[in-house]
Amino acid sequence: MSPPLLGVEEEVQSNVSSPSVDCGLGLKERNYLGLSDCSSVDSSGVCLPDNNKNNLNLKATELRLGLPGSQSPDRETELCLLNSGKLDEKPLFPLLPSKDGICSSSQKNVVTGNKRGFSEVKGYVYKEKNWMFHEAGSDSESPQSVGHGKYPGISGVNVILSAMSHGAQASVTKDEPANVLQKQPHATSGINLKQTDISNNKSSAPAAKAQVVGWPPVRSFRAKTLANSSKNNDEVDGKPGPASLFVKVSMDGAPYLRKVDLRTYSTYRELSAALEKMFSCFTLGQCGSHAAAGKEILSQSKLKDLLHGSEYVLIYKDKDGDWMLVGDVPWEMFIETCKRLKIMKSSDAIGLGTTKNCGAGHGALLGLNSLMSYNSK
Amino acid sequence: MFWGSRKTINMNYFPDEVLEHVFDFITSHKDRNSVSLVCKSWYKIEKYSRQRVFLGNCYSISPERLIARFPGLKSLTLKGKPHFADFNLVPDDWGGFLYPWIKAMGKSRIGLEELKLKRMVVSDESLELLSKSFPNFKSLVLVSCEGFTTDGLAAIAANCRFLRELDLQENEVEDHRGHWLSCFPESCTSLVSLNFACLKGEINLASLERLVTRSPNLKSLRLNRAVPFDTLQRLLIRAPQLVDLGTGSYVNDPSSEAYKKFKAAIQSCNSIRSLSGFLEVAPRCMSAIYPICENLTFLNLSYAAGLQSNELTKLIQHCRKLQRLWILDCIGDKGLGVVASACKELQELRVFPSDPFDAGNAAVTEEGLVLVSAGCPKLNSLLYFCQRMTNAALITVAKNCTNFIRFRLCILDPIKPDPVTNQPLDEGFGAIVRSCKGLKRLSLSGLLTDQVFYYIGMYAKKLEMLSIAFAGDSDKGMLYVLNGCKKLRKLEIRDCPFGDAALLEDMGKYETMRSLWMSTCEVTLGACKMLAKKMPNLNIEIINENEQTESNLDDNQKVDKMYLYRTLVGHREDAPEFVWLL
Repeated sequence: MSPPLLGVEEEVQSNVSSPSVDCGLGLKERNYLGLSDCSSVDSSGVCLPDNNKNNLNLKATELRLGLPGSQSPDRETELCLLNSGKLDEKPLFPLLPSKDGICSSSQKNVVTGNKRGFSEVKGYVYKEKNWMFHEAGSDSESPQSVGHGKYPGISGVNVILSAMSHGAQASVTKDEPANVLQKQPHATSGINLKQTDISNNKSSAPAAKAQVVGWPPVRSFRAKTLANSSKNNDEVDGKPGPASLFVKVSMDGAPYLRKVDLRTYSTYRELSAALEKMFSCFTLGQCGSHAAAGKEILSQSKLKDLLHGSEYVLIYKDKDGDWMLVGDVPWEMFIETCKRLKIMKSSDAIGLGTTKNCGAGHGALLGLNSLMSYNSK
Repeated sequence: MFWGSRKTINMNYFPDEVLEHVFDFITSHKDRNSVSLVCKSWYKIEKYSRQRVFLGNCYSISPERLIARFPGLKSLTLKGKPHFADFNLVPDDWGGFLYPWIKAMGKSRIGLEELKLKRMVVSDESLELLSKSFPNFKSLVLVSCEGFTTDGLAAIAANCRFLRELDLQENEVEDHRGHWLSCFPESCTSLVSLNFACLKGEINLASLERLVTRSPNLKSLRLNRAVPFDTLQRLLIRAPQLVDLGTGSYVNDPSSEAYKKFKAAIQSCNSIRSLSGFLEVAPRCMSAIYPICENLTFLNLSYAAGLQSNELTKLIQHCRKLQRLWILDCIGDKGLGVVASACKELQELRVFPSDPFDAGNAAVTEEGLVLVSAGCPKLNSLLYFCQRMTNAALITVAKNCTNFIRFRLCILDPIKPDPVTNQPLDEGFGAIVRSCKGLKRLSLSGLLTDQVFYYIGMYAKKLEMLSIAFAGDSDKGMLYVLNGCKKLRKLEIRDCPFGDAALLEDMGKYETMRSLWMSTCEVTLGACKMLAKKMPNLNIEIINENEQTESNLDDNQKVDKMYLYRTLVGHREDAPEFVWLL
């Protein structure tokens, strides 16, 4: 899965020729919320000032996709970011103003063709008063957004949610839970987002899942035991030999999933060919209505283009629960760690190129190139 | 006296022993408390005959006063930290120490026989002192405690000659490796219940086998992960009379000799009514369990992360008499459908998240709950972690099951609305409280406004414990609850917009309750100070983990964590620095 925020920002910046963002991304302490300090700030998906209790500030909750460090011009921000000036350029991570006015991101946003995205937001890991951000993948088949944004004017935790999607994103099967919780700081809040910890944790604990303190209310003994248990059960030999390795394959927008036996393939190419065949029926229908694809008639080759070219990205979920871009590791290693596959719209896949194994690799370009081409339409 | 002229029988003419005998039949704590209030002589008789005492908050009274009040004390239950400590909301050294209690009771003439502790800090020293102070000590039950190692257990094993019960549930124990079991002397043959499932370390297997062999009364045995399959099999042969079994590592090869022997052994264990464990599990070996399933009343698979939904359902289908089921959410909605159709006697269901911190993965939704409610009319206790919930589902559940005593719903995304209608879940929970007139415990989640509290205040008349998180719009919410729920004993709130007005409106209310927890709300230090000033019988504790001293904060600043509880003994002396007692 993509590494914590800081790492992603750095990587993406190095790959893209857009203006490099100077967020002052040094090792500074951040206020994970920043709301009380910058109550007028309203970056994408971020909490609102107190007087917006229970109002859905859709503008603020609009999740847009873009490069980290960029902000649309209509967003107020105290962030010291360079604005790319393009309306299409959406922040990959909506940047929260920090205490020091330094940006920090809290969410990974996904944009859809209709500018309504879902917030694949996860919370934060609270580790000794420091938050580290890490994204976990989603199992939803299509981008969806979540319900109301709730903006109580309280010094409690505010959840960033975007408005429910309507229209084109019709094939909603599951709701995407939004787990990012922002805490309005007050005097006794001890929650700070430390850059050091993010960058440190990037290398030391890439598999850490995000959480809010004390949520969900599972006894810590149980949570720890289950965490260890799932690690161990992978090693417990209760299974038969490596006869077959079925993993689920989902595709954004498809009404149901498929399963493939990874052992029947020996290369990535074989796998992708098989997937193309499996999912061509879905894609045809989907892309026919896809604004970006225009009114082209689709064929197998078009689908191939879709899969390999601009529209779709193949990702997989590994043993640690992270979503990784397919193709980075040798095939044998891949089938050992792959638990699940997903064909994701490339517009959703920004940032996934920056895997923990490969920095500015091919995958990054793939994702980004798709974005560029998508945006240029 | 005036009474002498009446023809009615006056109970005071009975000798004390008779009254005592009568009181023996009164076992409920509440009733015995009432008995002691009738008159002075009843108070005295009850006082000396009282053997079992329950203290829901160890700081509500001091050990010395307890001993003075009930000198005949034999069985004590103590609870320490507030409930939210389970979720890491309370710092480690907050309090709840066992040692002062053991010390005081040890010095007195109390003949303690049973001790049950929850969320207390138990040191090895206290365990050792316990083991040496009470020659008749019989039963130690530790739930969610911490601070001890297996050395403390060794002391208990070695010194409590008549030990019947050693039950360790979900404790954080530092494991110094398995010699504590060997400390049970050969003369110890009285064990009825031994549960060490929460220990992480190795166990001396030979000692364990010998211990089980010489314990003919052993009814409950819960092993830890370090006990391998073939030991389990041998233990079953030694203890076919078991009623409650917790497996250790349940991994084997179905074609092996050990497995065959196990299958034979378990056939003769036809008293087993309760089954748990399976922290390590080989799914293909589960079929060996099927023969005992038909008699099971309690099945706890909540740690069996290695079992998939189809294996779970195959097992559960055999459990027709099941009354309590604890399971992981990987069972899925469909699996819950199987539960609904197979387990008609089900009273308690707990569905835990297998992946607590990745909400997208929760495999159960409102559908599973609706299915269970439809198929299991006797359902009265629920703990349900799910990905989503709808008002419609809750309304249906409320219609299907009116007997809920405990209803705890946790939607993993804390303020998620009804995904179908996008509305808050007020109406759903409202239906639950309206329909379940006997509801005693309620935990809320999802997007909720003040309206849900209006319903709770209006309908939840028997409610004793309420847990709220990320809910409500204003002080009104909290006030509805405080005013309406007359039987409320424990209220715990986190991340809600409730502030000073709500806190201070009815200060006397808190003396009718055991405790109130409010964290990350809108309560200010000034309000807490005022409350402390006006209510001397309450301890108001501010838990402040930042490095600010009391003088730095002004009264207008919001308090991060506040815990208040009624007490007869004023400020406690063992509070750490970060706890301010106002």
